[in-house]
Amino acid sequence: MGTEPEKQDKKTKTRVRMKEQEPAERARNFREVPFGYTPEEAVEEASRCLSCKNPPCREGCPVEVEIPQFIRLIKEGNFLEACYTIKQKNALPAVCGRVCPQENQCEARCIVGKKGDPVAIGNLERFAADYEAEKGEVRIPEKPRATGRKVAIIGSGPGGLTCASDLIMSGHEVTMFEALHKPGGVLVYGIPEFRLPKVIVEREVGYIRKLGVEVVTNAVIGRLFTVDELLNEKGYDACFIATGAGLPMFLGIPGENFNGVYSANEFLTRANLMKAYLFPEYDTPIKRPGRVAVFGAGNVAMDSARVALRLGAEKVYLVYRRSEAEMPARKAEIHHAKEEGVEFVLLTNPVRFLDDGNGNLRAVECIRMELGEPDESGRRRPVPVEGSEFEMEIDVAIPALGAKANPLLLKTLPDLRLNRRGYIIAEEETGMTSKRGVFAGGDIVTGAATVILAMGAGKKVARAINGYLKWKYWDVSGFIEQ
Amino acid sequence: MFEILKKQELSENITLFEIDAKDIAKKAEPGNFIVLRIHEEGERIPLTIADFDRERGTLTTVFQKVGKTTHHLGTLNEGDFISDVIGPLGINSHIENFGKVVCVGGGVGIAPVYPIARALKHAGNHVFSIIGARTKSLLFWEDRMRQVSDELIVTTDDGSCGRKAVVTIPLEELLKEHTDIKLVIAIGPAIMMKFVCKTTEKYNVKTVVSLNSIMIDGTGMCGGCRVEVGGETKFCCVDGPDFDGHKVDFDLLMERQKMYLDEERTAFERYKAALGG
Ligand SMILES: Cc1cc2nc3c(=O)[nH]c(=O)nc-3n(C[C@H](O)[C@H](O)[C@H](O)COP(=O)(O)OP(=O)(O)OC[C@H]3O[C@@H](n4cnc5c(N)ncnc54)[C@H](O)[C@@H]3O)c2cc1C
Ligand SMILES: Cc1cc2nc3c(=O)[nH]c(=O)nc-3n(C[C@H](O)[C@H](O)[C@H](O)COP(=O)(O)OP(=O)(O)OC[C@H]3O[C@@H](n4cnc5c(N)ncnc54)[C@H](O)[C@@H]3O)c2cc1C
Ligand code: SF4
Ligand code: SF4
Ligand code: FES
Repeated sequence: MGTEPEKQDKKTKTRVRMKEQEPAERARNFREVPFGYTPEEAVEEASRCLSCKNPPCREGCPVEVEIPQFIRLIKEGNFLEACYTIKQKNALPAVCGRVCPQENQCEARCIVGKKGDPVAIGNLERFAADYEAEKGEVRIPEKPRATGRKVAIIGSGPGGLTCASDLIMSGHEVTMFEALHKPGGVLVYGIPEFRLPKVIVEREVGYIRKLGVEVVTNAVIGRLFTVDELLNEKGYDACFIATGAGLPMFLGIPGENFNGVYSANEFLTRANLMKAYLFPEYDTPIKRPGRVAVFGAGNVAMDSARVALRLGAEKVYLVYRRSEAEMPARKAEIHHAKEEGVEFVLLTNPVRFLDDGNGNLRAVECIRMELGEPDESGRRRPVPVEGSEFEMEIDVAIPALGAKANPLLLKTLPDLRLNRRGYIIAEEETGMTSKRGVFAGGDIVTGAATVILAMGAGKKVARAINGYLKWKYWDVSGFIEQ
Repeated sequence: MFEILKKQELSENITLFEIDAKDIAKKAEPGNFIVLRIHEEGERIPLTIADFDRERGTLTTVFQKVGKTTHHLGTLNEGDFISDVIGPLGINSHIENFGKVVCVGGGVGIAPVYPIARALKHAGNHVFSIIGARTKSLLFWEDRMRQVSDELIVTTDDGSCGRKAVVTIPLEELLKEHTDIKLVIAIGPAIMMKFVCKTTEKYNVKTVVSLNSIMIDGTGMCGGCRVEVGGETKFCCVDGPDFDGHKVDFDLLMERQKMYLDEERTAFERYKAALGG
C-alpha cells in the first residue's frame, strides 16, 4: 500500500473537529451549521494524512480528486494551490466539501481510518475552496481556441454545471438552459441554506459565466424550445439533458390534499429558492407550523425536518416505517437532526390524514410496524401491527419519499428511450442515448442519487461530447436493443 | 428581464399588459399561461396568456388586482421591466370543430376565454359567448368577444350592463334552446365554474374549465397545485389547467385557494402601509 503505519502515533487517531453552532441556537436560524476550519486547524488536520503512494481514498472519489496532493499543499500552507489542484478534477469543491457523503466515499477508503478517524478530506476540501473564495483569487483559466461548435445543456444542477465548465474549456460555445429563475438545481431549491449557503452556489455559477458559458434562466425546455429545435434550428451540435429527478412522490393515502400537506419539494422550494423563511420581506408564504410530521428518512426528510424547526415549529416528528439502522440519510445529518430536537417516530407508517372540517390538516393516523422477513433488498420488511393505530396531532405534514422523473421534457422526445421507471436510458461511460446528438446524465438517468455522481456524469459526458463533435460517431446498439 | 410595452386599464381593477417575450409568443397557444416574478424578493404567480402576437413577439396578459403581487404589478408602467417571465406553461386547449359551443367568461376570466373562443371560431364552430361581471365597471373586452362570437350575451349581477343575471341563467336558456350544443368552456372564479358545471350536467353537455390553483414553479416539480379530478390527484400546471369540469372537486379547489389567507392579508397590509408612509 505504500503507507507507513508506524508513523501513526496517538495524536493522529482523532480528527480535528470542525466547530459548529450550538444545537439549541442553530435550530432557530438558517445560518450554516459548521464554521469551517481555521488555517491552523486545516494544517493540523492535513498533517494526519500519510501521503500514500497508491492512495485508496482517491479511488473512493467518483471524480478522482488528487487527494494526497491537495492535502500536502494544505500542510505546506499553500492553500490556493491546494484549491487549484482540487479544481482540476472537481469544479465545485465548496459544494462537495459540504454535501458529499464522504463517509461512504473518499473517507471510507482512507488508510488512517483503519485505526482511527479517517482524514477529514471533505472538511479540507471545503477549507481550500472557502479560502480561495475569501481571498478573491479565483483563477480564470485562459480561454482555449474556439472550435465553432455549440452545445446546449438542459438543467443547471451539478451535472449541468460540471459539463458546461468542461466543455467551455474545450473551446465550444455552451448555453445552459434552466427552467427556474435561478441556476443551481437542487443546490438552490432543495438543499437548505444552513447546509449549503446559496452564495456558494451563486459564486460557482458566476465562475462558469466568467468562463463564457451563457446561462439562460426561465427556459423550460420542452415548452419554450424543444430539443429538436435546439439541434435542427438553433444550431446546437449536441445536447446534454441533466434535468434531475424533480417530480415529487406522495404517500397515496386519504386526505393528502388537505391544506398543510406539502411535498418535500414544495416545502423546500418555498423555503430555499423563494426564501419564504424571510416572509414578509420576501413575498412567498409558507405555513409556520406548530407541529410537523415528516415522512421518510433520507437526506430530503432530514432537510425538511430541520427547515421546519427553523421556521419555529414546537415539535417536529420524523416518521419512518423501519428502524434507525435502515435510514438512508447521511449519518451526520441524522445526528444533526437529533441534536436539534427532531423526534424520531420509528417503525410507524401513516394511514390517513384527518382535517378540521374545513380542509385544513389536523392530525395523521398512523399504525405501528414490526420487522418481518427480509425482502429482495435484504432488509427486513416492515409489516403493520394490527390494531395499533393511533393519531398524532399535526398541522403540517411533509411526505419526503424521494422523486421520480419529470415527464414534461421527456414526453416531447418520443424517440428517446426510457426505462421502466421513466428515466432516460444512457450509456454509462458516455451518456449517449437512443437519440443522435443527445446525451443524458445525473439524476434523470440514475434516479435520485448524489451531487458528486451527477458531477461525475457531467464530466464523462463532456468528454464524450468532445469526441462526438470531432468524429460524429454514434453507435448505441451495444446497450440499447433496437 | 421582460419589458412592458403597453399598459391599459381595462376596468376599475383590471389591467392589461403587453409584454415583450419573443420566444414565449412564438410557442403560445390558447389555454397556456405564464408564471412571472416581478423582482428578486417577489413570489411567482401564474397568469393566463390572453393573447399573443408571434410577429411582434408579444404576449398580452390581463390581471385583476387582488393582493400584494397583482397590486404591485399594477404600479408598473410601459417601459418598466419584469424580472422573470416563464412559459408557455400548461397544456393547450383542445380545439376542433365541435359544431356549437358556448364560451363563458366571468370577471377577469373573460381574458383567458378570449383566445379560446377565437380559436374555436377559426376552427369553424358556431360560438355563443357569455361574459359576466358584478357590475359594468368591471366588464371589459365586450368588443373583442363580439368579434369572435356568433352571438354574445353580456350579464351583470346588478344589471348595470346587459342582462341583470348571473352567467348560468342565459347558459341554461341556450342549452334548452340548442340541444345540439357540444361543448361549454367556462373560465372564471371557482364558484362560477362550479355552478356552470352543475347547470351543464343536467343537459349532459361536456364542460371544460380552467382551474386556478396556487402554483410555484408551473412545471410539475412541487405538487403544490394539486387538484382532484375524477377522484384522482392531478397537478394543475402540467396536467391542466383545462379539465373536465364534471369531474373536478371544486370544493377542494376553493379550500386550497384559501391556504394562505392570513399570510396574503399580512403581505397586503404591509404593502399598503409602505405605500402610505
Ligand atoms: C433536499 C435534498 C437534499 C439532498 N442532499 C444531498 C446531499 O447532502 N449530498 C448529496 O450528494 N446529494 C444530495 N441530494 C441529491 C443531489 O442534490 C442530486 O442527486 C443532484 O443535485 C442531482 O444533480 P442533477 O444535475 O442531475 O440535477 P438537479 O440538481 O436536480 O438539477 C436539475 C435542474 O434541471 C432543471 N430542469 C428540469 N427540467 C427542465 C427543463 N425541462 N428545462 C430546463 N431545465 C430543467 C431543474 O429546474 C433543475 O434546476 C439531495 C437532494 C435533495 C432533493
Ligand atoms: C393557471 C392560472 C392562470 C391564472 N390566470 C390569471 C389571469 O389571467 N388573470 C388574473 O387576474 N389572475 C389569474 N390567475 C390568478 C392569479 O395568479 C392570482 O390572482 C394571483 O396569484 C394573486 O396574487 P396576489 O399576491 O396579488 O394576491 P394574494 O393576496 O396573494 O392572493 C389572492 C388569491 O389569489 C390566489 N393566489 C395567491 N397566490 C397564488 C399563486 N402563487 N398562484 C396562484 N394563485 C395564487 C389565492 O387563491 C389567493 O387567495 C391565474 C391563476 C392560475 C393558477
Ligand atoms: S469530491 Fe467528494 S468524494 Fe471526492 S474527494 Fe471531494 S469530498 Fe471526497
Ligand atoms: S487521505 Fe488517507 S488514504 Fe488518502 S493519502 Fe491521506 S492517509 Fe492516505
Ligand atoms: S406549480 Fe409546482 S407542480 Fe404545479
